[in-house]
Amino acid sequence: MNEKNYNILIVGVGGQGIILASDILTAAALFSGLDAKKSEIHGMSQRGGSVFSHIRFGKKIHSPVISRGEADILLSLEQMETLRWINYAGEKTLVVCTTTRIKPPNVEEYPGDIDGELKKCRPFIIDTDKTAEAIGNKKFVNVALLGFVSARIGFNDDSWKKAIQENVPSGSFDDNWNAFLYGKKSFKEVHQ
Amino acid sequence: MEKRLLSGNEAIARGAFEAGVTVGTGYPGTPSTEILENLTTYEGVYTEWSVNEKVALEVGIGAALAGARTLVTMKHVGLNVAADPLFTSSYIGVKGGLVIANADDPNMHSSQNEQDNRHYAYAAKVPMLEPADSEEARQFTKLAFEMSEAYDTPVILRSTTRISHAKGVVLLENPDRSRKASGFERNIKKYVMIPGHARLRHIEVEKRMERLGKDVNASPVNVIEMNDPAVGIITSGICYTYVKEALPEASVLKLGIVNPLPEELIRRFFSSCKKVCIVEELDPYLELRVKAMGFKVEGKSLFSSVGELDPDAIRKAFGVKTTPALPSSVQLPPRPPSLCPGCPHRTVFKILNQMGLIVTGDIGCYTLGVMPPFSAMDTCVEMGGSIGLLQGIEVAMDGSGSKSAAGVKMTAVGVIGDSTFAHSGISGLINAAYNGRKSLFIVLDNGTTAMTGMQPNPFSGERINGQEAFSLDYEKLGEACGIKNGNVRIVDAYKPKDVEESIRALLDSGSLALLVIKGPCVIYKRKKMKNKDKKPV
Ligand SMILES: Cc1ncc(C[n+]2csc(CCOP(=O)(O)OP(=O)(O)O)c2C)c(N)n1
Repeated sequence: MNEKNYNILIVGVGGQGIILASDILTAAALFSGLDAKKSEIHGMSQRGGSVFSHIRFGKKIHSPVISRGEADILLSLEQMETLRWINYAGEKTLVVCTTTRIKPPNVEEYPGDIDGELKKCRPFIIDTDKTAEAIGNKKFVNVALLGFVSARIGFNDDSWKKAIQENVPSGSFDDNWNAFLYGKKSFKEVHQ
Repeated sequence: MEKRLLSGNEAIARGAFEAGVTVGTGYPGTPSTEILENLTTYEGVYTEWSVNEKVALEVGIGAALAGARTLVTMKHVGLNVAADPLFTSSYIGVKGGLVIANADDPNMHSSQNEQDNRHYAYAAKVPMLEPADSEEARQFTKLAFEMSEAYDTPVILRSTTRISHAKGVVLLENPDRSRKASGFERNIKKYVMIPGHARLRHIEVEKRMERLGKDVNASPVNVIEMNDPAVGIITSGICYTYVKEALPEASVLKLGIVNPLPEELIRRFFSSCKKVCIVEELDPYLELRVKAMGFKVEGKSLFSSVGELDPDAIRKAFGVKTTPALPSSVQLPPRPPSLCPGCPHRTVFKILNQMGLIVTGDIGCYTLGVMPPFSAMDTCVEMGGSIGLLQGIEVAMDGSGSKSAAGVKMTAVGVIGDSTFAHSGISGLINAAYNGRKSLFIVLDNGTTAMTGMQPNPFSGERINGQEAFSLDYEKLGEACGIKNGNVRIVDAYKPKDVEESIRALLDSGSLALLVIKGPCVIYKRKKMKNKDKKPV
C-alpha cells in the first residue's frame, strides 16, 4: 500500500449485499491499521432502488465521499448501475462488473445499448451464474467480488478473515470465506 | 483504547452512553433513527419511542429536571414539532444534562424539505455543536452534556445525513455509569414560566449566551489550522472534511460550536488571512453572522443554497482542477422507490385511482401512492397534514364556512399511516368532529412505522425494545373523538371488495367517518428476525 488514499465505489441494486460488502471492506482496512470511512444513503436498499457505497482508506481520510473521476476501483453488481456511476471512474480506474441485469420497475425492456457503452470503460466482467455455481450460492457473490478485488487492494488474509467474521452471521462464515478465496483465485487466473 | 467502525448515529449513542445517559427519547425520522435504536441496546438506559417529537422533548425535559442525563433524538422537521417546548426549555434550563440530537437532511435524500436547523439554535438561544465525523460525533455528544450542565441549558447536537450515515473509526472510552438522577426539586421561579418568572429567566438566558459567547473563543473544538494565509476558510461539520480534501493548502477555522460564534477567534482568523471565505451547506447561516460582525467575506456568492456540497463543488468554486471522469452518454431509466411487491398499501391506491377521488395524503411509505400506476394522491405537506388539509378543502368547496352542507357528497378523502395518525392525526380528527365535518379519513395500518425502518408505535402493541405494550383501539378512539353511527370500520387490506364497498358506504353516509385498512408490512417480519442478533458495541 502506498501513501495515496484508496477509493472504492460499490454499486448495484437493493438486495444485492452492497452494504454488507462495503462493511467488510471498510473493516478489513481498519484491521490493516489504516484510517477508513464509508458513506452511503440508507433507505432505498429494501425498496429495489439504486444502491451505492463509497469506501475510502489510507493514512488519514477526511471526506467520506469519493470525488468524481477518482475511484481506484468501481465494483458493480449490476450492469446498468456501472454506467450510472461511471463518472466516479477515470482513466486509471479498475472497473469490475458482473453479468447480472435487473430490469427497473416501470420499463418494458432492459436498455439495449448497455453492452457497447460498458465496453468503453474496459471492465472485467464476472459471470454471476458461473461464480454462483462455483461457490454454491448466489447470496455470496458479493463476497466473491471482494475476493477478486482483494488481490489488487492487498490487505492480508487475516484482516479480511476478521472483517468477514465480524460482519456475517456465524453460521455462514465458512461459505463466505470460501467465496472470498474463490474470488481471489480467479483474479490471479485472469492476471497470469 | 478499542477502535471501532461506527456510523455517526452509532457514535452519538455511544457518546451518550459514555456520558452516563440514563434516559433516551425520540421519534423516528431519517437520518436520525439509528441513534435511539442503538441507545436502546445499552444496559441501564431507559429508552422510548414517544408518540411524536414534542412529547419526546417534554419527557426529556422532565427527566433532565429530575436530574438524569437525557438524550432526545429527531430529524430536522421533528424539531418543528418540538419547537414549542424547545424555546421555553431554554428559559428553565436543566439539572441533568439535556442534549437534543437533531439530524438535517441536505439534498432531501429522505425528507419533504431541506430546512437548515442551525437557525433554531440561534432563535431558541441554545448552544449547538456540529461534529465532522463519527469520532467527533462521540466526543461532541459527551461535550454537549458537559456544556448543558455547566451552562444550565439544553444543547443541540446537529448532524447531517453524511455524518449520521457515514462510518468512520471511533475510539471507545470507558463509560461513566455511576450517575444517578438526583431527583426533582421544587424551584418555582425557574420552572414555572408565568410572565413574571419568565421575564427574569430571559435575563438569565441572555447572560448565559453572553458568557458562552466569550468562552467559545477558547473551546478546544473551535480550531484555527493555519496554513497558507492567502485563503482562509471558515467551515463546520461535514463541509470541513470536503475543504480538507479540496483545498489541502488553505488555512481553516473549523467551528465545532456553531452557536454562539467565537467572535474573537474569528477576528484573529481574519487578521491572519488575506482573504476569508465561508463554506457551508444550505443557508448562509455563518455568513450572515460573520458579516454582521463587520467582516468582508464571501460565501453563497460561490455556492448554492440548494442541496449538498462535495469536494468537487469546492474545487470548482476555487478554480482548482478536478479529475477528468469517464463520460457516460446513455440515458438510463431511473430506479425510483416503489411500493414493495405484496405491500398492503397497494389495494387502496388502486381503488382510489379508479374512484377518481381527491386524496389528501400524508408522509410514510404510502406517499408512494402518488407514483404511477396508482397516481392517487393530491397533497403531502407534513405529518398529520392529510387530516387538516381535507377539512380545509371541504370547507372551501362547500362554500358554507364551518357549517356542514347536508346531503353534499364528499369527493375528497384523506389517507394517513398508523404511526402518522398517532403522531399528529388524532388532534385533527377531534377538530373535524368539533367543527361538524363529514370527512372520510382512511388509516393505512401496516402494524409498524415502515418508512423509517419498522419502529413500533402506539397502534402496534409493542415498545422500542420489543416489549409488549397497550395498543390504541380505533373504535373506542373514533367514538371518543365524536364519530357517530358506527362510522368506524376496520377492513382487511387484502380484500379489495370490502375496501371499496366501505369507502363508498362511508362516503354515502354523509357523516364523519374513519376507515382503518389493516394489513401487515411485508418486510416487517424479516426485519424483526434480523434485529434479534443485534448487539451493543
Ligand atoms: C415531523 C416528522 N417526524 C418524522 C418524520 C419521518 N417520517 C416520515 S414518514 C414517517 C412515519 C411513517 O409511518 P406510518 O405512518 O406508519 O406509514 P408507513 O411508512 O408504515 O406506511 C416518519 C416517522 C417526518 N417526515 N416528519
